[in-house]
Amino acid sequence: MHHMTIAQLSRELANKTFSSVELTQHFIDRIKQYDPTLNSFITVTEAQALSAAKAADAVRAAGKAGILTGIPIAQKDIFCTQGVKTSCGSKMLDNFISPYNATLIEKCNAAGLVMLGKTNMDEFAMGSSNETSFYGSVKNPWETAYVPGGSSGGSAAAVAARLAPCATGTDTGGSIRQPAALCNLVGLKPTYGRVSRYGMIAFASSLDQAGPMTLTAEDAALLLHAMAGFDEKDSTSIQAPVPDYTAHLNDSLEGLRIGLPQEYFGEGLDPRVGQLIEEAGRCFEKLGAKLVKISLPHTHFSVPAYYVVAPAECSSNLSRFDGVRYGYRCENPIDLEDLYKRSRGEGFGNEVKRRIMVGTYALSAGYYDAFYGKAQKIRQLITQDFKHAFKEVDVILGPTTPNPAFKLGEKKNDPISMYLSDIYTIATNLAGLPGMSLPAGFIDQLPIGMQLIGNYLQEGQLLNVAHRYQQVTDWHTRTPNNYR
Amino acid sequence: MSWETVIGLEVHVQLNTKSKIFSGASTAYGALPNTQACAIDLGYPGVLPVLNKEAVIKAVKFGLGIKAHINQRSIFSRKNYFYPDLPKGYQISQFDIPIVGKGLLSVVQEDGSIKKIGITRAHLEEDAGKSLHDDFDGMSGIDLNRAGTPLLEIVSEPEMRSAKEAIAYLKTLHALVRYLDICDGNMQEGSFRCDANVSVRRIGEPFGTRAEIKNVNSFRFVERAINYEVERQIGILEEGGKIAQETRLYDAQKNETRSMRSKENADDYRYFPDPDLLPLLVDDQLIETIKSTLPELPEQKRERFIHEYQLSAYDANVLISSRELAEYYETVVKNANNQATNNNQAKVAANWVSGDLLALLNKDNLEITQSPVSAEQLAGLLRRIHDNTISGKIAKTVFEALWHQEGPDADSLIDSRGLKQVTDTGAIEILIDDAMAAHPTQLADYRSGKDKLFGFFVGQVLKASLGKANPDQVNAMLKEKLSK
Repeated sequence: MHHMTIAQLSRELANKTFSSVELTQHFIDRIKQYDPTLNSFITVTEAQALSAAKAADAVRAAGKAGILTGIPIAQKDIFCTQGVKTSCGSKMLDNFISPYNATLIEKCNAAGLVMLGKTNMDEFAMGSSNETSFYGSVKNPWETAYVPGGSSGGSAAAVAARLAPCATGTDTGGSIRQPAALCNLVGLKPTYGRVSRYGMIAFASSLDQAGPMTLTAEDAALLLHAMAGFDEKDSTSIQAPVPDYTAHLNDSLEGLRIGLPQEYFGEGLDPRVGQLIEEAGRCFEKLGAKLVKISLPHTHFSVPAYYVVAPAECSSNLSRFDGVRYGYRCENPIDLEDLYKRSRGEGFGNEVKRRIMVGTYALSAGYYDAFYGKAQKIRQLITQDFKHAFKEVDVILGPTTPNPAFKLGEKKNDPISMYLSDIYTIATNLAGLPGMSLPAGFIDQLPIGMQLIGNYLQEGQLLNVAHRYQQVTDWHTRTPNNYR
Repeated sequence: MSWETVIGLEVHVQLNTKSKIFSGASTAYGALPNTQACAIDLGYPGVLPVLNKEAVIKAVKFGLGIKAHINQRSIFSRKNYFYPDLPKGYQISQFDIPIVGKGLLSVVQEDGSIKKIGITRAHLEEDAGKSLHDDFDGMSGIDLNRAGTPLLEIVSEPEMRSAKEAIAYLKTLHALVRYLDICDGNMQEGSFRCDANVSVRRIGEPFGTRAEIKNVNSFRFVERAINYEVERQIGILEEGGKIAQETRLYDAQKNETRSMRSKENADDYRYFPDPDLLPLLVDDQLIETIKSTLPELPEQKRERFIHEYQLSAYDANVLISSRELAEYYETVVKNANNQATNNNQAKVAANWVSGDLLALLNKDNLEITQSPVSAEQLAGLLRRIHDNTISGKIAKTVFEALWHQEGPDADSLIDSRGLKQVTDTGAIEILIDDAMAAHPTQLADYRSGKDKLFGFFVGQVLKASLGKANPDQVNAMLKEKLSK
């Protein structure tokens, strides 16, 4: 049953082929069997999952089941879950049991989803390889010497290895889409504000957005429906009704204008990746779409702008981890300054410290205008690029990453090269647009993802385009050899 | 050449909303430590601020109260610094664009003249918690009940030229915020806190270097702290020294200010717009709605009192110092007058309220709302003075009896104690005859030109009447009889 999509599982649960308890137990057993190798979970909540599954079966018996009732899910360890360790991949929060639920967790619970556990991630979501986690790196199920991507690497590996039928991720600069691409999954970063950020531990508040990681576009549609919606606890969440994302999955792509930004196919792109994306483009043409060459002229500014804005916000967001009220506290502090310095010095890993320092510098008196102020202006220019583009096209197509997955340890000490692996995903965060990655083929047994970028709140259209593609291709149905 | 003092004031007004500025926790004072701090106030991972609309309304009320420019779009920023009673490691405040822009406060000086003091701005921010250093044996306790309480920081121009002017400004501001019902004004509980920027200069010269005095929580201490600081600065300058720009703490016990920290190596607060909060928008309609709910404000009331009741600016200013006192006064006037349209008792009432009544209230440290003598009771007393039932002197006795609640009203006290004034000319004539007969020597002396003895005979007659003879009548009749 672990090869089924959410849609299939939902039908089988309805047909009483198996119960949610049986299904949940099956995935728990797989986690026990495979995760010692993959390290995709930080916490497995077995007892809680089984009791939630039991409750879901009872709801179904009472005839009140929804489409997601009883479906297991893996939650990224960035979402606060009441009574459960919420570590954010950091030593800083290794001892933190959240006293409350994130809105996303509440919504998943309300939909009847069964949480299997909390997935591994780059520390405080800062990383593109899942190697910055305090809990150790995650292995890519397609080839365990390779990274699964990050920061939602645990979620990606867990779903790819069929240790969970679906998972949540968060995406600040590509943290859903990049691991989805490297693990052959569908990963959707919704429009900024579409999913509540309340209870999602902040990295860069103006960029962070949660979304689904699934096997198919249809599953992403089902899961996003449960996750999305206005939340009065998040002032930046959007007050717009949540559509039925499955309603237009099968709409024809006849006449759809797909833009190919020249900047996404230039220097730095592995030509083999470029070829696969072009093949995907030809497939869309067969489906009736028109390919249009476009330009997003400020693309090359997106990485530098991002690496000012994101660290600046994170330097402030992470100030609360001070060893005073919760989380890691150094041994025997001699005074207040010692308490701060050692608690933070010992509790945070190197990448987090690097970004806090960069961000602190960027916001310092005398440097604010040159860095933060300028980065915000660039952000406006990048947003304008997309606005112009969406006058000519309906969706934008490009690669999700410039290369297939790299080896564990390969870029660990080369932050710039690591940062460049998000070169195609960062701009959508800066502009607040929805973007998704879906499987587009393989290079040397490693999966490659294509990225679709849509206009604001056009998640439905992205899902439609992806679903039609998946109706005529089978990349997304492939499973890594050792996890069949 | 003499020295001129220059004072600017920053007042932190605690807005009397039921819940905190960014969370739903209660703002009530005096609860057990940390019982009124929710996850948001505690700065837990993942929490987000949501602006309390009541705090906005109260800030706008203040702006309208000083006829200030209301910024219809203002921005919340983060002020970053580490301190254990600042849970998030930053304070949410307004920096570049405050909600209230420039305004004016009309302040009545001791001599009755009015000085208009400029208000630079007023902005919304959250309060920090409290650090408690005394009770924990080598450690500090932290109470976060106050964290997140809404504050309006009101910044004046450096336009005050003496401690007395500063106090007059503060008292006017204090009255205003209480009229507007945006603050309870309780200085002991820290609802109205003042920092004073003090410098001195030779008249005509540019501003001198200023020191900021913190932690002054009563009008009396503000006055003392400023006076101490002015003396200190003049002392340094006259000896050829230089004033350091610094923050100084006022020690009320020693009546001195001492250096807290130097501004030269001041903290860099790394202000930047809070990405968790959208720009604060206040539309015309809201401003108009708030305007329509404004009560008569102190300035308007003072003008009305001066014209309607023919009071001096000084008296009027005393009576309008609180809404409750003004209301008390007007109730006295209304009930003391024999005809509703005639305010003939207004001046007498002003003397009684601002004189006898306030003296006793101050002595017993009571608010006007706690006065043992009601406005109706005082009015009843004034009626009896006016219609000559009792003399002013007897009235004081009756007032004291009312204060000690020895009778339900003036009339019954006058009756039961036989204090009614003797106005019967026959009876007074007998008393005068008796006094003349009993003091032949003095009579002879008076008649031989010792005019001063007139007072002696008035005294004798009043004494014999037990104070009840009408003094005017006694005067007139004595004059006639003695000269015969």
